[in-house]
Amino acid sequence: MKKEVYITDYNCVTPLGMDVSSNWNALLQNQSGVAEHKIIENQDAFYASMIDNEKLNEEFNKNFDRHHFTRLEKMLLLSLKPLAAKHTITEKTAFILSTTKGNISLLKNQSALPEGAYLSNLAQKIAAFFNFKTKPIVVSNACVSGVMAVAVAKNLIQAGKYNDAFVIAGDEISEFVISGFNSFQAIGSGPCRPYDKNRDGINIGEAAATVYITSSPSENEKFRFKIAGDSAVNDANHISGPSRTGDGLYASIKNAMAEAGVSSEQIDFISAHGTATLYNDEMEAAAFNRINLQNVPLNSMKGFYGHCLGASGLLESIISMESALHSTLIPSKNFEEMGTSQPLNIIKEQQQKEIKYILKTASGFGGCNAAVVLEKC
Amino acid sequence: MMKKTESCSIENSKITVNEKVIFESRSAIFSDFAKEAYKSLELNYPKFHKMDNLSKLAFLSAEMILKDQDNSRTALVFANNSSSLDTDFKYQESINSQDDYFPSPAVFVYTLPNICVGEISIKHKMQTENAFFVLAEFDEDFLNTYSHQLLISGKADKVLCGWVELYQENYTAFVYLLTL
Repeated sequence: MKKEVYITDYNCVTPLGMDVSSNWNALLQNQSGVAEHKIIENQDAFYASMIDNEKLNEEFNKNFDRHHFTRLEKMLLLSLKPLAAKHTITEKTAFILSTTKGNISLLKNQSALPEGAYLSNLAQKIAAFFNFKTKPIVVSNACVSGVMAVAVAKNLIQAGKYNDAFVIAGDEISEFVISGFNSFQAIGSGPCRPYDKNRDGINIGEAAATVYITSSPSENEKFRFKIAGDSAVNDANHISGPSRTGDGLYASIKNAMAEAGVSSEQIDFISAHGTATLYNDEMEAAAFNRINLQNVPLNSMKGFYGHCLGASGLLESIISMESALHSTLIPSKNFEEMGTSQPLNIIKEQQQKEIKYILKTASGFGGCNAAVVLEKC
Repeated sequence: MMKKTESCSIENSKITVNEKVIFESRSAIFSDFAKEAYKSLELNYPKFHKMDNLSKLAFLSAEMILKDQDNSRTALVFANNSSSLDTDFKYQESINSQDDYFPSPAVFVYTLPNICVGEISIKHKMQTENAFFVLAEFDEDFLNTYSHQLLISGKADKVLCGWVELYQENYTAFVYLLTL
């Protein structure tokens, strides 16, 4: 008999708020974190979703009395703190960090590699602060990292290696990442418009998110979502361009649904990747149609939060669970007119709906894709 | 229980497959060593030359095991310590100077460690499960636990596990195939 694994708690730190309820209220009011920001010296401003430094420092100083932390570390610590206070950390508790670039900003103008740039050092620093006893695990699988980290926690708990896990995700806006996506001409000229006819690229965002995952939830938890199925299949097509056929995403969804034992008709809501680049959104539409999910209400959170890289999948999973708890579908911000060649049921306005099964997906560079099915219990 | 059926290691300018040395070079420079290995092993895959060094290392070590196999249900589970910092550092150098600011998309795409897994997937048309982890040190027990879970869940029939660590001229690869 396979062990069942649940998400029973979460928190997030984003430009829209320093906890989940402030984020949820901002989303209900259709607020977006995306605005013009000057990120690279001597270059025009970019649309990005950035956490206000003053607010971050104020919140951090309220909660912590040590200050030798980078901006990203402050985000991660703030996100993790309320959960670490509530759930006991034992010898069988995993610490899993999802990030793409960690403290990459430390590389600027350095002649030698700073120790802080190593992702394992970042993980160790955060884990040590909260006295985690196991060796930290970093999932660095491009833009699917946040979704994959949830699957990794589930699989390691099912393997019996751990009883529970804290999954922490974080990435910050850096000149490094903005310049790279800009060199690919992948950055949108305005606030991004996932799946829209006039979409022209991504907005980069930043956030930290944390979920608590366990196989033995206590009776005091406010909610319980079973991680019912997962999969992460590669397109094997191109290292930077999405597959035209959506093979990898299709297979990931198919495997995750098969493991969860649910059919396409049973999925109530899809929290998709939706970067607002031409090819990503087209590829997703192809994959969702192949598995007969084109009528399921779907949104992308990128119009609210931008693309938060290694944090996006975890943050979006949290928002999708909030949606289920409030029985409320959040619209896909900035979407007006269908812009993919195959149909999708994009959520245009806030509406009430009972949600039991959530499908969360992500896709990224290296041809990677990931899907998880979450079941509200 | 899992079986380890094949393995390949690359270090000190030497490629060892199933404990037999199949290629050795005098070159201490990784990129020269990789080029010589490519020629000597008659790999005939021109995309190899545009890869960054981490991808070349992962590619060479995987190639020796995958070339004679049915890879249609083989998952890839890789890990290292330096992530893509070798390429990251080169990319950052290209954007450090505002006066001479030309970021290259050809370098930027390699600033993610899982790209090396993507390169292997493309070469062998492997539309299969894959994951990339960053760990403080090689942890075979962790990689095997995760791989075992993929195998017993039926998501894969074999798993190619690998530790592919590279930063500048320090590198080591150890890659092995697991089945139930």
